Amino acid sequence: MQSNGEDVSPLVQPARVHRRLYTDPAIFELEMQHIFGVAWIYVGHESQIRNPGDYFCTQVSRKPLIVVRGADGKIRALHNQCAHRGAMVVASDKGNTDEFQCCYHGWTYHLDGRLKAVPLQHGYPDDFDPKNPKTSMLQVPRVESYRGFIFVSLASEGRSLEDFLGFMATSLDDMLDRAPDGEIEVAGGSFKHAYQGNWKLYLENLCDAAHPWFTHRSSIDAAQQQKDDVYSDGSGEIAIRQMRQNGAPYSFWESQVGIWTYPNGHSFLGDYHDDAKLVAAMNDPVFRDYIGAMEAKKGKERTRQIMEVRRWNSNVYPNLSFMSQFQQLRVIHPVSVNRTMVQTYLFRLKGAPDRMFQNAVSFANIVNGTGSLVLTDDLEIYNRIGLGLASEGAEWIEIGRGFKSDLPDQHGGRRGKNSTSEIYIRNMFDAWRSYMLGERPGMSASAVARP
Amino acid sequence: MTAAARLPSPAPLDRAQCEEFLIHEARLLDEGRFDEWLALFTPEARYWVPSEPGQTSPLDTVSLMYDDRRLLETRVRRLGGPRIHSQEPRSRTSRIVTNVTLEETDSIGALVRSKFVMLEYRREQQRPFAGTYWHRLVLTDGAIRIAQKRVDLVNCDAPMDGLVVPF
Repeated sequence: MQSNGEDVSPLVQPARVHRRLYTDPAIFELEMQHIFGVAWIYVGHESQIRNPGDYFCTQVSRKPLIVVRGADGKIRALHNQCAHRGAMVVASDKGNTDEFQCCYHGWTYHLDGRLKAVPLQHGYPDDFDPKNPKTSMLQVPRVESYRGFIFVSLASEGRSLEDFLGFMATSLDDMLDRAPDGEIEVAGGSFKHAYQGNWKLYLENLCDAAHPWFTHRSSIDAAQQQKDDVYSDGSGEIAIRQMRQNGAPYSFWESQVGIWTYPNGHSFLGDYHDDAKLVAAMNDPVFRDYIGAMEAKKGKERTRQIMEVRRWNSNVYPNLSFMSQFQQLRVIHPVSVNRTMVQTYLFRLKGAPDRMFQNAVSFANIVNGTGSLVLTDDLEIYNRIGLGLASEGAEWIEIGRGFKSDLPDQHGGRRGKNSTSEIYIRNMFDAWRSYMLGERPGMSASAVARP
Repeated sequence: MTAAARLPSPAPLDRAQCEEFLIHEARLLDEGRFDEWLALFTPEARYWVPSEPGQTSPLDTVSLMYDDRRLLETRVRRLGGPRIHSQEPRSRTSRIVTNVTLEETDSIGALVRSKFVMLEYRREQQRPFAGTYWHRLVLTDGAIRIAQKRVDLVNCDAPMDGLVVPF
């Protein structure tokens, strides 16, 4: 792969990468083309577009798209661009409609993007044909769902979504399994936060078990010193527990938490929250009601199996991170080499007590919110990396923690020796290199960051 | 009931007192006197910055900030801590509070609506914020206290870098 005629592959080396991967606009353009233009990119959940005509707008590889459920019930993604003069057709974030109409000259489209009507049609050239695909809003070539999670690929050919997800599909299963009725829905609004730094920094932080002790010191100290006998409406309980938990000593992280990585850059941090002792405690009435609802629907044994899956953040490279235990999901939108926007959503577990969802809201406010006591220090880190790399001091960035101590995983992945290993970053750069070299990620025998 | 059967309860707070209080509160925030700011709240107060225009509940929709007493104390303690990276360097803010109206009055206090503009300066960048404050103020032992404060930012649903200094 060439950037301005230069081979970029030497920029990823065992246990280190070149700073230009975070700062060079030409490399960013290649990433948009070769990673975001090829991979399966998460865009939303089917519950956001339940009925025919429901739509929401998003961006993939900076391209504005409309994801819409057609009159036939099928989900499609359209480029949000009029075939006439190129204006963005849909300006609302979401809605319901039976057609799309451009505000410029009134070109009107069916929900599948085909042209429906054009005012003053007689004025166009003789060969103007409303049935010609050139007069349509263009469809994104591939749209697939995995159990309600919608992904698109801008490439017309490539591996299936199932192949792409591989074993990581089990993390999405975990999100669904936790719903007593087996169904989830997006609810509770969303956060949009932005920082002056590269998109990769976000994913590189989400499985980083070595940072909370330092980065989140301010909220750890504040929460640990907080008296519990002041007035609380109950909504902060989960948040206070989480901030205190971030202060667990390194020995905890290294002995109780693990990290697993899989082909195509995916990974998860696991065994962190124990539903029985941290999240809600068995004597918490909300959790007891929730378990009761689960057991009534799924039986005791199946409920026990579901609760034993203890995954923290699951990351699907390159744009999705989610956490089933508090039903949080984050979508990463690269804006430029040094600008990233992240949108955070929540899911409601159908059949669970309302308070379970209120806990998810509370957790989001404090951990994932724009004004949270935790995320604000992460945003500061991304901004500072952006600023630090601009110094053009050291050329190489280290990703070598745990290097040479990786272990094979029974599901075709590799896991770190312990949770503070940077294996998941090296794993993402394996995928990065494969995408950028045009190889099929996960199949490469010469994955560069592998020991 | 006839009009003469019951006298209206005397409202303990008038507009001028409320405005003076809001100016005092804004000054504490601008000067980073967060402990004194916290002391303005009643023990059961809520502080709320919704994430959506017209948001009706802090419990079923996410909020930029939603603190009961326990979280508000935690937030303020963090602001004063030595290792709050997102406040190194510290933000400097300047607020203007104006257009003060009493929306409701009762025997213990008033619901006060006001408009504010706040500039936040940090690390060579200045961010403008504007919106509406809703203060539920009560008179307790001769002092005005905040029972609820809601901050509706005009850009509450915009992509934003972290919000650390309270509004």
